[in-house]
Amino acid sequence: MIITEKKPIKEVLEAIGKVKTVAVLGCGRCATSCGTGGEAQVKEMAALLESEGYRVVHSSVVEAQCDERLTRLALRGIGEPDAYVSMSCGSGASALAQHTEKRVVPSNNTMFLGVVKRAGEYAQMCLMCGDCRLSETAGVCVNARCNKKLMNGPCGGSKDGKCEADARRDCAWALIAEKYRKTGRIADLSKRRKSKMVRK
Amino acid sequence: MEKLRKGKFTVTGEVTPRKGADPRQILEVLSHLKGQVDAVNVTDNQRACVKASSLAVSKVLLDAGVEPVFQLTCRDRNRIGLQSDLLGAHMLGVRNVLALSGDHPTIGDNPLAKPVYDLDSTQLIEAISGLKRGEDMAGNKLDSNTEFFVGAALSPGAEDTEVELIKARRKIEAGAQFFQTQVVYDVDGFISFMKSMPKTPVLAGIVPLKSVKMAQFMDEKIPGVSVPKMLMDELDHSKNPLETGINQAAEIIRSVKPHCSGVHIMALGQEQHVKTILEKAGLGYLD
Repeated sequence: MIITEKKPIKEVLEAIGKVKTVAVLGCGRCATSCGTGGEAQVKEMAALLESEGYRVVHSSVVEAQCDERLTRLALRGIGEPDAYVSMSCGSGASALAQHTEKRVVPSNNTMFLGVVKRAGEYAQMCLMCGDCRLSETAGVCVNARCNKKLMNGPCGGSKDGKCEADARRDCAWALIAEKYRKTGRIADLSKRRKSKMVRK
Repeated sequence: MEKLRKGKFTVTGEVTPRKGADPRQILEVLSHLKGQVDAVNVTDNQRACVKASSLAVSKVLLDAGVEPVFQLTCRDRNRIGLQSDLLGAHMLGVRNVLALSGDHPTIGDNPLAKPVYDLDSTQLIEAISGLKRGEDMAGNKLDSNTEFFVGAALSPGAEDTEVELIKARRKIEAGAQFFQTQVVYDVDGFISFMKSMPKTPVLAGIVPLKSVKMAQFMDEKIPGVSVPKMLMDELDHSKNPLETGINQAAEIIRSVKPHCSGVHIMALGQEQHVKTILEKAGLGYLD
């Protein structure tokens, strides 16, 4: 799912600026799962905006804000608030902005397409590059998990199996080698991989 | 690098451009290396820190009558930038290129720089092979062929030597003509690694140690480098660690010489001692 993080509230308030009426729209999909745009967070945001002197004319959770059809439906009957707070991902906020001339203020930063490890702990394992080569790299995406995106890794920088750029991160190529070694396919690494056919 | 091409033992040095635009610093370093080594590497924003461009400094070397080895990393340029710099380098007279992936920006002095890595080092070597055939990566024809001598990095002390050897073979397939290694202190480890290496020439990396502190740093912090206890103890007990380091470097060169095609000396600010190191290693001449 799409992993989002809450922006600092100060940044959200600054972006809303000097307006009177605001509507708050959450999202029932990923942002709900992330705890950044579900019922509870929408209520909390509405109360906070009220306490900051805004009049919250509407607050609800759209089933999926990234689906323009659903967002358009949700907008019906809201009236014309001066600004919308989108508690969704960048796609949701963008979809919303397609259907209003008013200011759309995202309350979240969109981080990555994530795998849920446990509640609140996510890992980036795919960059959505559009040219999936997972079958060539033992199910470990080098685009997402090697900081240098090396197709023919490893680089010479890993130390104790950890990444040169981020010591908390496993070296993707060490993981790949380990997986191949376990299954007796280490020779598969001999295949030279072509340059990326996509720009991500 | 004509000597290396002909299979003769070759010595290379290195200049690391500093943060600034004054070429006098480069010329000062060159004054210690000229006549002592066959060619001199120019590092490409080493440790991901902003320095004068390795292409421009390679030209400074050429003007000073020193043969450069132009280091080129995939960190800062996409395939257009890389191929363009290679063509420009060739136009200036640069013929030796060391193709590297490059240290990641996060470890450098502009850590928010966008890491490019459009290609990796193997693919860069492949791209250079294409330029040599007279075409760019997309297969578009060049109006002239290029004649690069292509080098690649090698880490004999890598944590996973089996994978390192696979990588080396992939680079050779892509067109690598020589290798420069990570610093060698563990001579036995190096010799044993070399037994499995294909025939492609290898220049062993040499960095003279200046103190036991430096030895510990290299051992602990630099991937693929281990410093044997004996060298550490020698430095620790030495009244003149600098001289001890020089002697150790010379001894390492003597020991690795029968097992490789040359040495690449990275003196890290101690270039004035390169002459002494080479003399002590029995290489104190160059034709």
